[in-house]
Amino acid sequence: MILYDRLQFAFTITFHYIFPQLTMGLSLLIVYFKWRYLASKVDKYNDAAKFFMKIFAINFTMGVITGIPMEFQFGTNWAKFSELTGNIIGQTLAMEGMFSFFLESSFLVLFLFGEKLMGQKLHFLTGFLVFLGSWASGYFILATNAWMQNPVGYEIVENGKYVLEHFSALFSNPWLIPAFLHNQVASIVTSSFVVASIGAFYLLRNKNEEHGKLFLKTGLVVGFVASVLLAMPTGDWNAKNVAKYQPASFAAMEGIFETEKAGAEIVLIGQPNMVEKKLDNKIAVPNVLSFLTYQDWSKQIPGMDQFNPKQLPTNVPGLYYSYHIMVGLGTIFIGIFGLALIFLWRKRLFSFRPLLWVIMFLVPFPYIANLTGWYVAELGRQPYLVYGLLKTSEGISPTVSSGNTLFTLLGFVGIYLLLGVLFLLLIGKVIYYGPRSLKH
Amino acid sequence: MEIFWYIIIAIVLAVFFVLDGYDFGAGIVHLFFAKTEKDKEVISKSAGLFWDSNEVWLVAGGGMLFMAFPTFYASVFSGFYLPLIIVLWLVMFRAIGLELRGQFKYQMWKDIWDKSFGVSSLLLALFFGIALGNIMRGVNLGGIENGTALYEKHFFFLPLWDSSFSPLSETPGVIDWFTIVIGVITVVTLTIHGANWVVLKTRSSINEKLKTIILNLNIILLILTMISLYIWYTINPNSFTNFIDKPYLIIFPIIYFAGIAGLFFIKSLKKEIHGFILSTAIIIGGITSSLAAIYPVILPSTNDVNESLTIYNTSSTEYGLSVALNWGILGFVLLFVYMIVQKRLMGGKIDKMDYGH
Repeated sequence: MILYDRLQFAFTITFHYIFPQLTMGLSLLIVYFKWRYLASKVDKYNDAAKFFMKIFAINFTMGVITGIPMEFQFGTNWAKFSELTGNIIGQTLAMEGMFSFFLESSFLVLFLFGEKLMGQKLHFLTGFLVFLGSWASGYFILATNAWMQNPVGYEIVENGKYVLEHFSALFSNPWLIPAFLHNQVASIVTSSFVVASIGAFYLLRNKNEEHGKLFLKTGLVVGFVASVLLAMPTGDWNAKNVAKYQPASFAAMEGIFETEKAGAEIVLIGQPNMVEKKLDNKIAVPNVLSFLTYQDWSKQIPGMDQFNPKQLPTNVPGLYYSYHIMVGLGTIFIGIFGLALIFLWRKRLFSFRPLLWVIMFLVPFPYIANLTGWYVAELGRQPYLVYGLLKTSEGISPTVSSGNTLFTLLGFVGIYLLLGVLFLLLIGKVIYYGPRSLKH
Repeated sequence: MEIFWYIIIAIVLAVFFVLDGYDFGAGIVHLFFAKTEKDKEVISKSAGLFWDSNEVWLVAGGGMLFMAFPTFYASVFSGFYLPLIIVLWLVMFRAIGLELRGQFKYQMWKDIWDKSFGVSSLLLALFFGIALGNIMRGVNLGGIENGTALYEKHFFFLPLWDSSFSPLSETPGVIDWFTIVIGVITVVTLTIHGANWVVLKTRSSINEKLKTIILNLNIILLILTMISLYIWYTINPNSFTNFIDKPYLIIFPIIYFAGIAGLFFIKSLKKEIHGFILSTAIIIGGITSSLAAIYPVILPSTNDVNESLTIYNTSSTEYGLSVALNWGILGFVLLFVYMIVQKRLMGGKIDKMDYGH
């Protein structure tokens, strides 16, 4: 039953990715706060850096303990895949361990507990190194995923094994840089929304207002810029890559069932009807998709009818919804944060409570957008593990029975439920005590 | 090139057991010997500050194993499916135990997480030892039952135990009386190591008592080691031929026994670090001796049909291994820089450090 293996991987990676998507972006904001403190010597910036480092540390721990199972599962549940491709993806995964985990974990301890020992400049430096480590980690994971999405630099040898032919090709993969930038910008969106949301919470509670204003302002400005960058140019680059390298997935995620004679329409709303092969309740704008993808209003884009059904993604509705949720949320983010920036510019934001409420409750949505973005990448790659080469069904462990997999899947669900509750408790506690409690 | 990466990975795993070994050991000491709140707090602090940077070595070792010996990685990780996933769960419970105990001041809260930390440390030490025992004993590669193979020749699947619990069975399980002995040896070794760490890094009130405990455990360790060598010889009479063919390998068992011998003088050692170095020698000597005994095999086959997994028949290509060597060297240089920086800033007793709140 490959279903249990897939569910277990999907569940554990979804839960895991709640944490790194915050820490990667948040480390950048922490470096920013620390830098502002060094430049201005105003205490609130240092408070902010240390306060968010506490939140970072909790997320980092969760990331470590939910991350180890990810690496292990390549071997435990996807042994055939590991055997056949380990020669290639082993490189990038081992590099992640070597170049990012050691860096991140060594200097995180120093940043958390060494401020008095080291002095301010070294403290800033350790913060910067933590940031570097966390981004390097993202880079190597994306390099691994880029190879699975668009395999390059390999050669197939006896037993169907894929072996490395050009090491540098792994890093000049045209899939890699757009995906990495999109992912990192998305991580900045999550973290700046969290920062803004905590700021809004403090203002609404009339507590820690000085810090609340700083958090809100920083979160809004950074979050707005990142949200725009998310759509243009990084999102755009990725969509063009999908259209070029995985055209069947592109048709599925955009919901194009039939190829149109001229320009393709862009679907805003509609539900895929897999029986009649059409979208129900469709609202679409003609020709726009062709223009966005090829800058040509009448360029033809192949629909799902053009492809062999065996090459189409296995879960078209899931892919379609993931993509539309991601894009829809991204658009809403730009709208709300743009509006909030106007209020900020008019100096009315801090007292306009309805908007503060909205910003506070916006916090789950960048997480949803990030995760659905990854679902687009992963569901879009189906039915392959390595696009065009190795089917998902050919990658599972030949010796592990489905009874064992179901057992461990249930175990993970139970333990992660507990972890999730404890995580919320700890984060809640840090936010409740607030940045002032860190003063000595 | 295979030999080179084999040595690198062996070093990384040995470092992992030395480093994470002391915080496993601290957990076991904490579970059995720490009685006062002050001691409990300071012992969990001595592990809590360092566990995540120690566990990174496991992740790095796993990554390198995947890169250099993908067939071995695939075979072993799927073959030991259940015990590995259980290890992952224990790692989680240990980590949350360490991270959560100091968050609230209620006694009940602390007790829950103390137990979570202690019990999972104990079980992890046992499981890691059992894993080593399985590598030493070998597995039924290809899943041969009554003459027919269930899987490809380099795959296998082990149940947690076989009804006979015997390492001599045709289809031995993960847990049998040989692997249990190795597991207990690991628990004892890591307890000694953890006790040395606690003595080195803290001013707990039980430091003197711990030295007596180390002395007693050391005797048990020596006896168990002799028993395990006898059993190993019974399972496979060729277990020690490597040491006769290549006499220089004898250095590894010498390191192991030198560590044990030295610890008999624990009470007269001038510096606390010396005790820690001796238990480090036991760990490194123990792991390297086991690996040297089966080299170049990394997973022996218990049947006659399929050949054992070696570093040659499970490795990546020459090109992959040599590219990795380039970035590997750079990575290790960086790593040593980090370690020196960290040790210079974090040396000494931890009691005065600003940790938690």
